[in-house]
Amino acid sequence: MGLGISTLEKRIHLSKETGSPLSTQEYFVNMGPQHPSTHGVLRLVLKLDGETVKEVIPVLGYIHRGIEKIAEHQTYRQSVHLGDRLDYLSAFTYNWAFSMAVEKAAGIELNDRIQTIRTLFAELQRIQSHLLWWGVFGMDLGAFTPFLYGFRDREMLTDIFEETAGARLTMNYIQPGGLMYDLHPNFVKKVKNFLKYFKPKLKEYDALLSGNIILQQRLRKVGILPAEQALSLGATGPVLRASGVSYDLRKQEPYGVYPQLKFEVPIGKTGDCWDRYWIRLEEIRESLHLVEQLIDHIPEGKFMLMKPAVKIKIPEGSYYTRLETARGVLGVFIVSDGKEVPYRMHFRTPNFNNLWSVTAMAPGGRLADLVAILSSLDIVVPDIDR
Amino acid sequence: METQTLLEKLTALEPTVMPREKSDCPAITISPELLLGFMKKLKAEPSLAFNILCTHTAIDWIAENRFELIYQLYSLEHAHSLRVSTSVPRDNPLLSSMSSIWRIAQWQEREVYDLFGVLYHGHPDLRRLFLEDDWKGFPLRKDYQDDFMLEKPEWA
Amino acid sequence: MKVETIAERVSEAWPHHPLIALGYLLGCLAGSALFLSVLGLVLIYAERKIAAHFQCRLGPMRVGWHGTLQTIADTLKLVLKEDIVPSQTDRFLHLIAPFLCLLGTVLAFMVLPMAPWLQISDLNIGVLYITAISGLGVLGILLGGWSSNNKWSLLGAMRAGAQIISYEISATLALLVVVLFSGSLQLSEIVQSQASGWWIWRAHGVGLVAFVIFLIASTAEINRTPFDIPEGESELTAGFHTEYSGIRFAFFFLSEFISLFVVAGLTATLFFGGWMPFHIGAWATFNQIMDFIPPLFWFFSKTALIVFVIMWFRWTFPRLRVDQLMKLEWKFLLPLGFANLFVASVVILENWYFFPK
Repeated sequence: MGLGISTLEKRIHLSKETGSPLSTQEYFVNMGPQHPSTHGVLRLVLKLDGETVKEVIPVLGYIHRGIEKIAEHQTYRQSVHLGDRLDYLSAFTYNWAFSMAVEKAAGIELNDRIQTIRTLFAELQRIQSHLLWWGVFGMDLGAFTPFLYGFRDREMLTDIFEETAGARLTMNYIQPGGLMYDLHPNFVKKVKNFLKYFKPKLKEYDALLSGNIILQQRLRKVGILPAEQALSLGATGPVLRASGVSYDLRKQEPYGVYPQLKFEVPIGKTGDCWDRYWIRLEEIRESLHLVEQLIDHIPEGKFMLMKPAVKIKIPEGSYYTRLETARGVLGVFIVSDGKEVPYRMHFRTPNFNNLWSVTAMAPGGRLADLVAILSSLDIVVPDIDR
Repeated sequence: METQTLLEKLTALEPTVMPREKSDCPAITISPELLLGFMKKLKAEPSLAFNILCTHTAIDWIAENRFELIYQLYSLEHAHSLRVSTSVPRDNPLLSSMSSIWRIAQWQEREVYDLFGVLYHGHPDLRRLFLEDDWKGFPLRKDYQDDFMLEKPEWA
Repeated sequence: MKVETIAERVSEAWPHHPLIALGYLLGCLAGSALFLSVLGLVLIYAERKIAAHFQCRLGPMRVGWHGTLQTIADTLKLVLKEDIVPSQTDRFLHLIAPFLCLLGTVLAFMVLPMAPWLQISDLNIGVLYITAISGLGVLGILLGGWSSNNKWSLLGAMRAGAQIISYEISATLALLVVVLFSGSLQLSEIVQSQASGWWIWRAHGVGLVAFVIFLIASTAEINRTPFDIPEGESELTAGFHTEYSGIRFAFFFLSEFISLFVVAGLTATLFFGGWMPFHIGAWATFNQIMDFIPPLFWFFSKTALIVFVIMWFRWTFPRLRVDQLMKLEWKFLLPLGFANLFVASVVILENWYFFPK
């Protein structure tokens, strides 16, 4: 088998039709890095036949920052913030994944307060991330109003995050050994207010968008991903669960305080866009339920068990830790040679592995379907390019 | 499946695998020529059933003049993980592609090619993933130099 | 009420007082230009405010009292912007496309009866004329998309072409129901025939069904959500008018809002009586009370209501995919329109509607 290295030009070649004069010609369009619905700097080269998509070729690298290379030059504590910049809508979860990896490898034990607070923030982050997704999803399909509603409710959560963690988007709050700051005194009250305010809103949003017949027609039976293909393509998170595979790390390999909590994991049936849609709304409900279980029972204790100035050293070896973010499974792979700086750090990001399902789902559908599919995959592009 | 049982099964499947120390999940090493056949068996064998390729990445051991390729596998049915590692020489990094077994391997291998320069037999579309097609060099190698790099800080 | 259009006035005055006739003509032209510009400004401001309040925000608030001068500021900005014409385009077509769009809608505006004394021209084939002249708008869109030398614009233009010519059929079928009831194609006659009641309620369910079909079809004609796939903002950025900037983009925009007004005015004329006050058959006292409200107010309030409803659609519904749009028209609205027409003819023959002639 030849080992000729290909280029993008060779990959894109127009097939010259030599059929009858009435045959149509396929053409290539660039859904370029700047586009209202690619959710970031993702470039898709589409091969179209009229309105039908024949092939989707994602071209990556527009926001490749070499995060893995940077991590080889920074100590562990200095690398925690790199995760914020990967999936900026799940900053807490990425911080937690990294901290958990370092703690497991170095053998640092934590107390209940830290674990509870981390779980609380992760669930609040999940709600916030899904709210933004919901708004953007409506906007991509042409319903402009849900965007504003989603962002309005998200503001309440962002304010809560800002009070405790100091930032709205890139929090850098969960550190190896504990947390950066203690909880703000207003935290519990504000979260309870949010829960009371938001539950009826969710019903309203169902009435506005989910029950709409136009939306149902745009989403049902669109972008079907069978379970076998989803597993082979490496999809995780709501994308995989929509195809009927029950795989949620919070249940399968629990971490934090998840073993003590009661919650359901919604599983879809057909793997179309509609399943991916309502699963995420159900996940918001389950997260609200989880936050309710936790908010009144935060144990007392210290919030940081290590001195921040201590340089953490991990024993030699390779370590792989996994965690469930709003978009899928995040894995942190660290190879250490005993020094303060990792020898190799690799992020197994959910968005990178979810993206390629598009190449299996989009062909055969229309251009408008492609937009719906991309939106339902809930992609954050910096996570893909790292 | 317990680690010990798993390792025994794997050794029974392919006698030349060697368990690795210093890792937090069951890990084995195998030589690159036997990799493709072994991986096929790992997926097909019902008691192993590793149907998810979590990640595939590479480590540049420049002092030992080799690349170590890591495949992190997971089985949904039996809920066990496995780390398969293999080594290829740095000056001739050639390996078989796993994209016929797990489709996601196609793009994970493109990433490893882009950042390390490892070449894959039987890959349907081997080209760079993040960098431009005419980029010179492979950034994640330890001896990578280009005009934009800064000085290494003293703690690294 | 005596109906006298401006065209009639001009032609009456011409033989004896040509200067007065010329005065009428120029006044009419200047007046309509002024009216249409102000209309565009007001409608754009209304759209922004309505959208804002639907989305729990305030909209323009700073320029002028509550943002009333915002559109003037925006128009000034657009006029002063550089007009960029991409180099590989078909230059002549690229230049005339916005004007064709605007031409189509302004010519349709000319036959709208806004008051007994305020109608520019009353053609005896009024309804047919409007249906025909909206075809110019399609031409503008297709030329704009083709000449931009941009595959995305071309996609948008092709979608628009297919969409508009399909929905014209349903709109015409709904129009025909009203034409059958009033017995004339002339718009002023249609308004006069609603002196004893508006067709929407007077013709039992037939008028209501025709109204719903006409509203849906007209929303599709003017490319508004849920039918705005030709300019699908999230897919094609701006569809057929991506490559336009400055004043020529403003013309596309303006023509969309003026056609919104024209369509709403037409709906008001056909189904809600135009400038005819709300009369109920032979209830003379009630009719006299209703007559106190000036007809101009009746027309504009009805039109404003329908404009509000169409804007409401935009901020509530997601977009239909292009094949679903076609299916809606050809498999649903068209058979419904035919059935409605048939039932309407039966109703007319048997005089089953309120206050028959």
